[in-house]
Amino acid sequence: MDDPVSRIDSEFTSLPLRELADAALTQAKALGAQHADFRLERIRQQQLKLSDTSLQRLFDADDSGLALRVIVDGTWGFASTVDLTPEAAAKAARQAVEVANVAAAVNTEPIELAPEPGYGDVTWVSSYEIDPLEVPAADKIALLTEWSRQLLAHNAVSHVDASLDQVRECKFYSDGSTTAIQQRVRIHPWLTAVAVTDDGLFDTMRTLAPPAGRGYEYLTGAGWDFAAELAELPELLVAKLSAPSVKAGRYDLVIDPTNLWLTIHESIGHATELDRALGYEAAYAGTSFATLDKLNQLQYGSPVMHVTGDRTAEHGLATMGYDDEGVAGQSWDLITDGVLTGYQLDRRMALLNGFGRSNGCAFADSPSHMPLQRMANVSLHAAAGGPSTAGLIAGVQDGIYIAGDKSWSIDMQRYNFQFTGQRFFKITNGRLDGQLRDVAYQATTTDFWNSVEALGGPQTYLLGGAFNCGKGQPGQIAPVSHGCPAVLLRGIRILNTAEEGAA
Amino acid sequence: MTPQETVERALAASGSDDCVAIADEKSTANLRWAGNTLTTNGVSSSRQLTVIAVARRADGVRVGVVSRAGVRDDQIDDVVRAAEDAAAGAPPAEDAAEIPGADNHRPFVGNWDSPSGATDISVLRDFATALGEIMRGAQTSGRKLYGFAEHQLTSTFLGTSAGLRARHDQPAGRVELNAKSADLARSAWTGAATRDFADVDIAALDAGLAERLDWAKRTVSLEPGRYETLLPPTAVADLLIYLYWSAGAKETAEGRTVFSKPGGGTRIGERLSPLPVTLASDPAAPGLGCAPFVIAHASGDDLSVFDNGLPLSRTEWIRAGELSALPSSRYSARLAGLPAMTPEIDNLTFSAAESAGTLESMIASTRRGLLVTCLWYIREVDPQTLLLTGLTRDGVYLVENGEVTGAVNNFRFNESPVGMLGRLGEVGATGPTLPREWGDYFTRAAMPPIRVDGFNMSSVSQAS
Repeated sequence: MDDPVSRIDSEFTSLPLRELADAALTQAKALGAQHADFRLERIRQQQLKLSDTSLQRLFDADDSGLALRVIVDGTWGFASTVDLTPEAAAKAARQAVEVANVAAAVNTEPIELAPEPGYGDVTWVSSYEIDPLEVPAADKIALLTEWSRQLLAHNAVSHVDASLDQVRECKFYSDGSTTAIQQRVRIHPWLTAVAVTDDGLFDTMRTLAPPAGRGYEYLTGAGWDFAAELAELPELLVAKLSAPSVKAGRYDLVIDPTNLWLTIHESIGHATELDRALGYEAAYAGTSFATLDKLNQLQYGSPVMHVTGDRTAEHGLATMGYDDEGVAGQSWDLITDGVLTGYQLDRRMALLNGFGRSNGCAFADSPSHMPLQRMANVSLHAAAGGPSTAGLIAGVQDGIYIAGDKSWSIDMQRYNFQFTGQRFFKITNGRLDGQLRDVAYQATTTDFWNSVEALGGPQTYLLGGAFNCGKGQPGQIAPVSHGCPAVLLRGIRILNTAEEGAA
Repeated sequence: MTPQETVERALAASGSDDCVAIADEKSTANLRWAGNTLTTNGVSSSRQLTVIAVARRADGVRVGVVSRAGVRDDQIDDVVRAAEDAAAGAPPAEDAAEIPGADNHRPFVGNWDSPSGATDISVLRDFATALGEIMRGAQTSGRKLYGFAEHQLTSTFLGTSAGLRARHDQPAGRVELNAKSADLARSAWTGAATRDFADVDIAALDAGLAERLDWAKRTVSLEPGRYETLLPPTAVADLLIYLYWSAGAKETAEGRTVFSKPGGGTRIGERLSPLPVTLASDPAAPGLGCAPFVIAHASGDDLSVFDNGLPLSRTEWIRAGELSALPSSRYSARLAGLPAMTPEIDNLTFSAAESAGTLESMIASTRRGLLVTCLWYIREVDPQTLLLTGLTRDGVYLVENGEVTGAVNNFRFNESPVGMLGRLGEVGATGPTLPREWGDYFTRAAMPPIRVDGFNMSSVSQAS
């Protein structure tokens, strides 16, 4: 493979990055800022969408801009612009200082940042082989068309939606002591088969392939077997349509990583964000039941659980060399032996709450937004030498095996959640016994995780994730991955969604 | 170069059969606070050029769309070439149609030439001062305030190679205020949409929240179940916006939505509510004004880049209780067999003729029921019935014999807004409201408070 540094978008590296940073940082310091950091980003995206093999959307976006964040007399100020000239950079610095002056009327806590070593000039590139934005759109459309045709060829499939989202993100950061140039690539392909019966019943079955911090090679064999998944999709849909409706009640569950990643995201990932625990998101995304007084006390889940946050997992969507405050990527414990042992931090919160150093979770989704504490890859470790998924299923008399995510909702303190899925299989006497319909599981976070009896082994581990985790006002999105094994839980409440909807 | 000149330059540089150029200028300013102090803030300005290149060939019409931010004058031709290259390599577009031309010129051309404006932090200067004062008051009286204030101005300039020139300026602002007791056990929320912050009375919003926190000094635990429920305008907006987003003509015609007719076709003409309610969108709705022509940066199920610039006018999605239209492009309207396209419009109103009731009068006429402040984390569970789930948030109150008698625990609900329309017990007077959940995307709504029979509170949430 090429030298990673040489793979960074040359149009990006040829911009006058250091000259613009210097213009902004110098102006900010001259106006009295105690701290100033500068970002310049270029984000290239392409969206492809096919509807029944016809091209519905071919959209290319190319967003660039610069941003300056300052602390003036203990108050934040932030400004950004799309004009990449030294004059515009200096103007952004003046605007950021003006914002700090207006905002001082509502600021009562002086802003200070936890120390972080300076790293000098550093470069980081994510792990991928083929930049998907360099592959001709026609090739990508041809592949999606062929996959859609395969699905439509089945007589039970009425419609097929196919999508491919691709992003290349280039980021320049400078605070005077660290100057980082970074590039990461991500890709998300998904197909949905739709069946509509003559009597008006309809249902869907979606591919389970997660979005990944990989390149175009992901579509041609690296990391996922699309041919195998597409081959089984129509018959799975047929079986789902004719499946019996679930009887509401309590069941033992075996949950596949393709479903459980989202439950981890909502009930552990967000709940261990320190800004939520401190109330910074109280009016919007919400707070967390896992407040600071519960650190090292709360039995979050079963003692078999070990959950970490990281910026380091290969192909992880939240993996990065340095965050938007110049903090180097790390891996750390959030839940150890089932007990809450850590949080996700930025530099302000780390200092304010006695954590010493930030673990590198400050990110903005674009140059036009101020960094917030955003989610790391939050992952549940597999049991060394643990069983296969079939081994977990073998331990269930009367239960349900759930694969693939679909509907999700959780309350503003991360207690009560409800999830559905793509595929529900009845488990009878340790074996799969056909599909079920109308299934949702509903629980309180700590009850749910304390019901975990066993974890699958590393052979069941998968990195799931999403491109678009939302947080903050103004709203920001962030890509994030969650790894986990298959998991066996006892006695979880199952709803029948058809009964829930009946008037 | 001005945005108008950018559009002209892009169209002049175009070598394709048809071309649409859209220049967007956007500026924003915001303040965010939590626990009686500032958390984040900022101003930003951006500029985006979108070029839609159309190649008409014997074997089909191809289209390429490229959107780029911060385009310099010397890069406009690059964006046009990139769109043309994309079109050249694309298969035929399913939604191909004629590009709107000078025939659609007249209604919009009026202010084409005037300069675009911008917002900045000064729009929030007086507001920040007032907010600082109420924060100090809250600190003294043992309350914590959380919230967000934002102002945006977006100017859109749209030109087509067929001669259309259309321009729209969209100011948009909102303030959200959340008050909690010092122990965080009691919480109340309010919000307002505004076009310029001149009409925002933050002290009055704060006073309303203080009353609700007082209501919550007595608490009552209630089990899950189906309750007669009063939903305020913001909650009605969040449920009906989801219904609006789920009513697309294309998927409905394909048999994939709650508005599909079994065996084929749509349910247009079917009665959804026993009450004569109307759900409508109108670019000229007073105080809720939005773009009076289609602006499509990319195609979707019911949005087509070929429709850019076509005029929009008042559309009633539900009329006198019956389903009467579905959001559609020219293409999806044809697929669904609809007489004319009715594209999505960026506001929503819901009303019943001759309704005068207020939330207060509805409380006064309630023997026993729940009063909700707002809803949160609303997601689709089953598209067949449009079953949605979500949470009550920031205050659920028990109403007994015409009075609020205390605060109740939060609930997770499982309800369909379509089913809810069939169980409407009362519809109050319609007024402007800020949708709590969808306010990031949808700030222009006017809704009434409603009474719903048997609202399904499925389980208790411990969240406070």
